[in-house]
Amino acid sequence: MKSLEHTLDAKRGKGAKLLVTYITGGLGDQWIEVLQAVVDAGADAVEVGIPFSDPMIDGPIIQEASQRALDAGATPMSVFGALSCLELEVPTAVMTYYNLIHHAGEERFAQWMNDASVSGAIFPDLSFEEGGSWRRIAKEWGIETVQLVAPSTSDERATLLCEESRGFVYAVGVMGTTGERDRLQTSALEISNRLKLITNKTVLVGIGVSNSEQARAASEVADGVVVGSALVRRVLEGEGPRGAYNFVTDLRKAIDS
Amino acid sequence: MSSIMDHPIDGRFGEFGGRYVPESLHGACAEVERYFEQFWSDEEFRYEYSHILSEYAGRPTPLTHAKRLSDQLGLQVFLKREDLTHTGSHKINNVIGQALLAKKMGKTKVIAETGAGQHGVATATAAALFGLSCQIYMGEIDVKRQALNVFRMQLLGAEVIPVRSGSKTLKDAVNEAMRAWVSELENTHYCIGSVMGPHPYPYMVREFQRIVGDEASSQFKRQVGGTPDFVVACVGGGSNAAGTFAGFVDSTAKLIGVEPEGGAAIGKGSPGVVHGMRSYLLQDEFGQVEEAKSISAGLDYPGVGPEHSYLSSIGRASYKAVSDSEVLDAVVLLSRLEGIVPALEPAHAVAYLAREAGAELPTDSSVILTLSGRGDKDAEVVASLIGARLSDG
Repeated sequence: MKSLEHTLDAKRGKGAKLLVTYITGGLGDQWIEVLQAVVDAGADAVEVGIPFSDPMIDGPIIQEASQRALDAGATPMSVFGALSCLELEVPTAVMTYYNLIHHAGEERFAQWMNDASVSGAIFPDLSFEEGGSWRRIAKEWGIETVQLVAPSTSDERATLLCEESRGFVYAVGVMGTTGERDRLQTSALEISNRLKLITNKTVLVGIGVSNSEQARAASEVADGVVVGSALVRRVLEGEGPRGAYNFVTDLRKAIDS
Repeated sequence: MSSIMDHPIDGRFGEFGGRYVPESLHGACAEVERYFEQFWSDEEFRYEYSHILSEYAGRPTPLTHAKRLSDQLGLQVFLKREDLTHTGSHKINNVIGQALLAKKMGKTKVIAETGAGQHGVATATAAALFGLSCQIYMGEIDVKRQALNVFRMQLLGAEVIPVRSGSKTLKDAVNEAMRAWVSELENTHYCIGSVMGPHPYPYMVREFQRIVGDEASSQFKRQVGGTPDFVVACVGGGSNAAGTFAGFVDSTAKLIGVEPEGGAAIGKGSPGVVHGMRSYLLQDEFGQVEEAKSISAGLDYPGVGPEHSYLSSIGRASYKAVSDSEVLDAVVLLSRLEGIVPALEPAHAVAYLAREAGAELPTDSSVILTLSGRGDKDAEVVASLIGARLSDG
């Protein structure tokens, strides 16, 4: 299992800016090929969404992707199953909603992750206070649980969340749902700035980072970016692995420049 | 003496409840909790709240002895008449409380989800009363089947936003309201309509609804004497039941919540986490939330308030299910015997009485049934067509 934290920290240590991309697991017949394409195009890590019926913090694009994947029969098992047959050169994180973990049982879910060589866990609706038992189990399995920090989070709480975060610190760029925005919100730069002062850990800003220009601007302050909806939209529109490759290549160039 | 329905511990009722929210909403929930705790122990606030409920919303509501129904069923049935409140359902009790709180918090806008539209109408009413702007999230299917209430909300100055995601009913209206709340926390209070959602909502809404049970309890003592054998209320999210039960939970009365067959979270679900809480939930074998299917938009919800899950788990309340057809018969029954047209939601409780009189409810038992709302909204099929046409303009 490739450690998210070690991989990202090592690259950051060499002065690189980091790019993590999100794709909904089970979206279309070619999602695995899309995943491989974004890695080939230079993603430093990948986030795979396990679709959930009630994606509370997701905007219309990821809602649509989740629904399509569910309609096509995607389940946690099918997503993990596909991932376990895959040898990616970069670490993988899973992003989903807590009910899927709760329903499977935390221990069993951790085992599924382990079997699929998924090292990172991002559960946006599992608040820090409710996540104690998951974090204990995750630790036993060597799983890195990423904490999200929002613009509304106080400095005091942000310090705690950064301390407890594994893999990287997920800076939530906007007060709102996932989705593309016309321009990078000032909140994305503010939260990145604030967290860089609080922690030495890798800080990646996500939610509302929509294109190359925004990715470059955000990673001037943060250590890098997470891009989800902008990629998923291209897949929804049928661009396939080729389109995903081109988009991620552009993002890579932008943050490296 | 402490009550079984006491203050939740760490936001939990036993192993249910909690605050499963994205980090972006953590501060907002904590703020609501802080303000609620402060004002709910403030006598001036309590006075203001109950003053508005009596002077504006028509409280206390009567406890009506339903004589002909009692004769027919061989029970002694007393109806707690929330249908007689301003806006026609118990929802007003909660929204007056939350709107008042929103003002204290300095918010200028309220948003809410609605299923049947009763909570939406009540929220729009309170918003008008307090001069707050108001947006109501409502599943597209519910917008169609509750067109009259949609028009009432619009008349009251609220904007009704149809929700087209997922099952297009109450559960998705909650998702959409939460999504909207995240992006407008500074000036907006999310007025959740039932004893559900992240802490402190299940507790706060129960406290704002406990007036139903507190009144009914003292009315019964005065009018009949003692304690009823049974207290029965319908349960979707479960706010009228929670408010009613709060008045009787420490008495000898048996508490019964009535769920729709197609949305029986406690009867047919298993513990899960959605909408910020851990509670019983209709879900498939992978934990995907299933759609509830009920004739009543107000009970068309796959989850249930966490305190009901708790009361069920400790055996203090039991939860039963009735079918849509039993509910329709019950609407006719109560209308013809008592001259009261119930909403489809409390008709579930009536249906349970009709089915179980002489069985689960032994002959001559005394029963308090919370008639949580009046039936106009469901009866007016024709008016719904007119309302839809008006709202298009």
